[in-house]
Amino acid sequence: MWELVLKGIFSALFVASVLRISTPLILPALGGLISELSGATNIALEGIMLVAAFTGVVISAFTQNVWLGVIAGILSGMLVAAFLAYFHLYLGADLILSGIAINIMATGGTIFLLYVLTGDKGSSSTLASKAVPVINIPLIKDIPVVGTILSGHNIFTYLAFILTWFVSIYLYRTPQGVHLRAVGENPEAAASLGLNVRRIRLGALLMSGVLASLGGLNLSMAYLTLFQREMTAGRGFIALAAVFLGGRTPWGTLIAAILFGFFDALSNQLGSLAIPSQWVQMIPYAATVLALVVYSIRQRAQAVERARRFQEKHLAETRALGD
Amino acid sequence: MAVLVEMDQIIKIYPNGVVANDGVTFSVERGEIHALVGENGAGKTTLMKILYGEERPTSGVIRVNGRAVHFHSPQDAIQLGIGMVHQNFMQIPSLTVAENVVLGKEPTRRGLLDRKAAIQITEELSRQYGLKVDPEATIESVNVGMRQRVEILKILYRGAEILILDEPTAVLTPQETMELFKSIRTLVKQGKTVIFITHKLREVKEISDRVTVMRGGKVMGTLPTHEATREGLARMMVGRDVFLEVSKPLRARGEKVLEVRDLTYVSETGRQVLRGVSFSVYAGEILGVAGVEGNGQTELVEVLTGLRPATGGEARVLGTPILNRSPRAVRLAGVAHIPEDRLTNGLALTATINENLIVDRYFRPPFRRGWFIDNKEVRQHGQQLIERFDIRTPGGEVPVASLSGGNMQKVILAREFSSQPQLLIAAQPTRGVDVGATEFIREQLVEQRNRGTAVLLVSADLAEVMSLSDRLVVMYEGQITGVFPEAAKATEEEIGYYMLGVKRQSPEEMEAYL
Ligand SMILES: Nc1ncnc2c1ncn2[C@@H]1O[C@H](COP(=O)(O)OP(=O)(O)OP(=O)(O)O)[C@@H](O)[C@H]1O
Ligand SMILES: [Mg+2]
Repeated sequence: MWELVLKGIFSALFVASVLRISTPLILPALGGLISELSGATNIALEGIMLVAAFTGVVISAFTQNVWLGVIAGILSGMLVAAFLAYFHLYLGADLILSGIAINIMATGGTIFLLYVLTGDKGSSSTLASKAVPVINIPLIKDIPVVGTILSGHNIFTYLAFILTWFVSIYLYRTPQGVHLRAVGENPEAAASLGLNVRRIRLGALLMSGVLASLGGLNLSMAYLTLFQREMTAGRGFIALAAVFLGGRTPWGTLIAAILFGFFDALSNQLGSLAIPSQWVQMIPYAATVLALVVYSIRQRAQAVERARRFQEKHLAETRALGD
Repeated sequence: MAVLVEMDQIIKIYPNGVVANDGVTFSVERGEIHALVGENGAGKTTLMKILYGEERPTSGVIRVNGRAVHFHSPQDAIQLGIGMVHQNFMQIPSLTVAENVVLGKEPTRRGLLDRKAAIQITEELSRQYGLKVDPEATIESVNVGMRQRVEILKILYRGAEILILDEPTAVLTPQETMELFKSIRTLVKQGKTVIFITHKLREVKEISDRVTVMRGGKVMGTLPTHEATREGLARMMVGRDVFLEVSKPLRARGEKVLEVRDLTYVSETGRQVLRGVSFSVYAGEILGVAGVEGNGQTELVEVLTGLRPATGGEARVLGTPILNRSPRAVRLAGVAHIPEDRLTNGLALTATINENLIVDRYFRPPFRRGWFIDNKEVRQHGQQLIERFDIRTPGGEVPVASLSGGNMQKVILAREFSSQPQLLIAAQPTRGVDVGATEFIREQLVEQRNRGTAVLLVSADLAEVMSLSDRLVVMYEGQITGVFPEAAKATEEEIGYYMLGVKRQSPEEMEAYL
C-alpha cells in the first residue's frame, strides 16, 4: 500500500497535480498579499472566490461563451470587493466584521441563487457550463517528465505564475506599488506626502478582488466544470495564511501556497490507504496550523536578530562619536 | 532683510473648543534662523501646522512674499517652498533612505521606479547640505539622528525654501545636536530660512538670529537673540521668574533604601548590557546617573522596576528583594517609576486622566469596593491630583492622548509622587517638557528628597543631573566607572571624561562611596 503512495508521490503526475491544486490558492493569496500590504487585510477572499465561481458558471452556461463567463466572474468578484471597500473605507465599518459578513452572505447567497436557477441546492450539474481551455505547450509537452509537469494545465495555472511575477514587479519596482506599501506601513506619513490613502486602499482591495475571482473561477471552470455549494472549502483563508507564511512577499506567498497545495495533493494520494478519510482530509489544514507556528517562531528569532544588529551598530556609532 | 512669511492675526480653535492660537502675528525674514519657544501647549506646533497647510486657521491671513495665500493641504504649502519636519517622523520603516526621500515624487524610467536616480538625488542633496545619510540602508536600520536628516532631505527634495523643524533636538544626543546645528548653518548659508521650535533656551542662544516667545496661544514678543537672555526668555514664556537652577537645602542622608549588588543583565541577543553594577541609594538623597545614552542606563532602570529580568546580582529595597519580580510587586515594595518612554511605559494614551492616575492602585481600597471600582472615588482622586499638580486639562475624563507633552508628564508625576514611595526612580524626567514644567518637575524631585524619599535620577542632560544630585555616578559600557560623592563639586568637563570612557576610577577608589 505504502509503496503505491510513495510511487504516486515521486511521479511527474503528482507534481503536476500539486501545481493544479495550488492554483486556486496562489491566485487569491496574491490578492490577499496586495490588500494586506496596503493595510486593508481582505478577509473576504473566500466569499469573493465563491461569488466569482458561481457567476462564471451561470453566465457561461447561459451565454454558452466561456470568456463571457470568466469576465462576468471577475466583475462579480470586483463588485463584492468594492462593497467591502465601501463599507470599510467610506462608511468606516470594521474591516474584519464586514469581511465576515460578506463571506456568510456569499455562502448563503450562492446556494439560494443556485436553487432558484436550477432547483438544486447542491451543485450546478444541470447547467451546461463551460471550461477554460487547457494549454499544451509545443515542444515542451513532448519531453518526458518535464512535459507532464509543465504542459497541459489550464490557463489559470499559468496565469498564477505569471501574475506572481507581475505582482512582484508592481509592488517593488513601480511607484504605485511603493505607494501601496507605504500606505500600508505608515498611512499618516504617506498622507503627509500627498498620497491618497483611501484611494490606494480601494485600488488594492479591487485588485485583490480580481485575483480572488480568478482563483474562484479556476475551481468552477477548470478544476471542475460546475459549481458546488461551499466549493471554496476555506481556500480563501488558507490563501491568507500563505500570505503571512510567505513573509508578505510575492515569491514567499507563492511558495507557501504551493506547500499547502502539496499537502492537499498528498491527502488525495493517501485516500487509497486504509486510514479514516477524515484524518487524511485534515492534513492540509493541520499543515497550515503547523506552518504558521513554525513561521511565528522564526519571526521572533529574526526580530531578536534584527534588534541585536541594530544595537551593535548603534553602540559602535556612539563610540565613534565619543572618540 | 526682506520679510518672507507673515502670519497675521491667526486664530485657531480646534473642534473640541481648545483655542490653540489666539490672534497670533508672526513673521519670518529671508535667510534667518528663527527660534519659536513657549510652554507645552502654547500653540507652537499648531501655528506651524497652519503655516504648513496641515491645519486651517479659524481666521487670519498668511502672506508669503507679500501675497495672501490659502493652503488646503501641505501640497499647497510645499508648492510655495514651505516644508515641515514633524517631531514624530513621517517615514516608512521598510523602505530605504533614498526611497523615503523621493516617496510620492519618484523619478521613473519607463514607468518603473528608478532606484539609481533616487540614490543619486539623495546623495547629491546630502552632499550639498552636509546631511550625512546612507541612501541604501532601510529606515528601520538607521538611528534617530539619521532619520532626522532624512526628514530634512525629504522636504529639501520637494523644493523647500523655508524649513520648519518641530523640536528636532528633543530626541538627539548632544553630539547629534551639534551635527544638526552645523547642517542648519549650511542650509542658511545657501539661502534657506529655518524656523526652529525648541524647549532648550541654550539652543536658542546658540543657533537662532531671532526668537519669538508664545504663551497661552498668544505671541509675547519677538526679539533679536543677542538681546535675549535665558532668564528673560523663561520669564516671557511662563509669565514669572523661573529658576533655571534649583536650590536644595543641605540634608543628612538617612538609612539605606536601595541596595544593588553585582547586577548583571545580558540581553536576549547575548549582549552584556550591565556588567556588575553595585551601588546604594539612601533616604533623603538624590543619586544621579550620568552617561551617554546607550550605556546601560535604560536597562538598569527597567531591571530595577521589574520590566526586564535580571541575569544576575541582587537588589533590595529596605531589605525586600525586587529583582525578577512583577512590576506590581516592585511597586508594592515602595518603588515609584517615572519611565523614560512615557508614551509606551508611562501612560495608557486612550484611557482618561483619572484612569491613568489609578492604574497602580485600583486594586486596593478605597478605589476597589468588592468586585467593582468606586468611580466616585476615582473622580475625586483625579480632581485632587489635577489641582495639586496643575495639569492643564478641561477635566479628568479626557483621554491622556489629547494633552500636550508637558501635561502628559505631569499626569505621570502626579501618580508616582502621590504613591508615597520609599524609592523614586526617575528616567529622563524633563525630556521634551517646557521650562516651566521642567522647573516644577525638578522642584518636586527635590521636594521628595527633602521628605526623605530615596531618589535615583537618570538623565542624559548633564547639567540637570549635576545640579539636582547629591551624589553622582557615571555609567560607561554597562559599568559604573566613576563616583562623585559631592555632585556639586564636580565639573562638567571632568564628568565628560568619564562619560566618554577616557577616565575611570578603580573599584577600590569607588568602593567607599557607592
Ligand atoms: N488636534 C487637536 N485637537 C484638539 N486640540 C488640540 C489638537 N492639537 C493640539 N491641541 C491643543 O491645542 C493646544 C496647543 O497645542 P500645540 O500642540 O500647538 O502646543 P505646543 O506649543 O506645540 O506644545 P508642546 O511644546 O507640548 O509640543 C494644546 O492645548 C493642545 O492640547
Ligand atoms: Mg509641539
